[in-house]
Amino acid sequence: MLSVGTFVLISIIKIVIALIVLLTAVAYTVWLERKVVGHIQNRWGPTRVGPFGLLQPLADGVKFIFKEDLTSPHVYRPLYIAAPMISLIFALTSIAVIPVGNWVTVGGIHTPLQITDVNMGLLIVLGITSMGVYGVALAGWSSNSKYSLLGGLRASAQMVSYEVSLGLSLIGVLIMAGSFSLRDIVDAQGGAYWHVIPRWNIFQGQIFAFFIYLTAAFAETNRIPFDLPEAETELVAGYHTEYSAMKFAMFFMAEYANMITVACLASLLFLGGWHGPLFGPAWLQAILPLFWFALRIFGFLFVYIWVRGTLPRFRYDQLMAFGWKVLLPLAIANLMITGLIVALKS
Amino acid sequence: MLHLTIFLIFGAVCVAGAVNLLVQRHPINSALSLIVVMASLAVEYLLLGAEFVAAVQVIIYAGAIMVLFVFVIMLLNAGEEERTKGSRVAMIFGIPGMLVGSGLVAWVLLERSGTHAVEAGALPGPPKTIAWLLFHEFLLPFEVTSVLVLIAIMGAVVLAGHSDSGGPAKKEG
Repeated sequence: MLSVGTFVLISIIKIVIALIVLLTAVAYTVWLERKVVGHIQNRWGPTRVGPFGLLQPLADGVKFIFKEDLTSPHVYRPLYIAAPMISLIFALTSIAVIPVGNWVTVGGIHTPLQITDVNMGLLIVLGITSMGVYGVALAGWSSNSKYSLLGGLRASAQMVSYEVSLGLSLIGVLIMAGSFSLRDIVDAQGGAYWHVIPRWNIFQGQIFAFFIYLTAAFAETNRIPFDLPEAETELVAGYHTEYSAMKFAMFFMAEYANMITVACLASLLFLGGWHGPLFGPAWLQAILPLFWFALRIFGFLFVYIWVRGTLPRFRYDQLMAFGWKVLLPLAIANLMITGLIVALKS
Repeated sequence: MLHLTIFLIFGAVCVAGAVNLLVQRHPINSALSLIVVMASLAVEYLLLGAEFVAAVQVIIYAGAIMVLFVFVIMLLNAGEEERTKGSRVAMIFGIPGMLVGSGLVAWVLLERSGTHAVEAGALPGPPKTIAWLLFHEFLLPFEVTSVLVLIAIMGAVVLAGHSDSGGPAKKEG
């Protein structure tokens, strides 16, 4: 057992590191998105600031801070100010329970590579992401503008609808692992069949669940092709029409932080987390799991951006019909079949 | 000790949220206060050791049901509530009466009922136990409740589909 002082110190160190890494990842996901979408559209993307435009996120940040912070006079001020904070806080909180690697021993202290290891990890992530809706909904309502209101309404309807399929698609994985703990779920996916096919959940029959999760996650994070809440061709900018400067940046950061959370969850639940080939000296073996995990997240984010550069936006009624009439029955069918197979096996 | 302190803090937050819910004049502020109440209740459950119930409380109540509340308030664009003077008798007798009543109930529960306060974390509620209770011991009530919810949904559909043509209205899109 650790003493209270050591525990607090370690927790603070882990929180600071996790936040720095997450915020840097958010900034560079924006850079990656601009670069990749640029290349998809036969452009260069950012090139001017630093080599390959690598300092662009820094320039963007400085710009956001120095921009004039306009607040239109007709907004409902308390909620207008609180909404971006709610969005960002809930987007950043869920990283607290996400494990990024095995236990490590540094200076005699044995600790997991995770801010806190809880039994209910997955449920806590789901709970926190479901609270994130309020940021968007309240931003839309408190702006007191019809575009914002429509964006906010769309966002809350869409997120509630797709959350059902998202949750149901995860239950198959939970049945197979028999635990809500993200660490247990990853541990259950170690090893390989015949030393070739890894025991990841998508190779254990959860491939449909993976695609249901993927689709629902796009809708949950309001990304193209489900970015109806901010559809710029019809709603100007949706729920953040009235926001500028740092308040707008907070929504922006929340969206990308949510993307990263979703990518982490997908890697942990379906793609075997940090499992991967280990080789070389001891220090390399310690770092490789982190690298494999980061690689999966990168791949996932790349798919996100790729889809954004490829697909057009859904129409709103199509979005709702798809969510309730296609995705939900598929998720329920997957759940029943998985349950049946697991019950027959045991 | 730490448990008890946090428990009391969140208990106070919960009561403050509940009072604010009644005092606020704008429906959206009341709805947000209700979310605070739900969230602090979840923390209380967590402190008592019922992790699963705490997580479900946040996901279902704070994350889904209250979103629908807020959604409806936004959709109807409900404005500020008009405040009438109200009955003076209610102000003079109601609030002290309520305080005395709840004090009495608390005293009876603590001193006279023969039950004990549960130690924080004394009753762990892992999902397996809850699932066992729901699907074995309380299977019938559980299923009956689900039928009840179904009836409520059907009632909502009937009420929402009530159109001037008499028959069930055609759903758009």
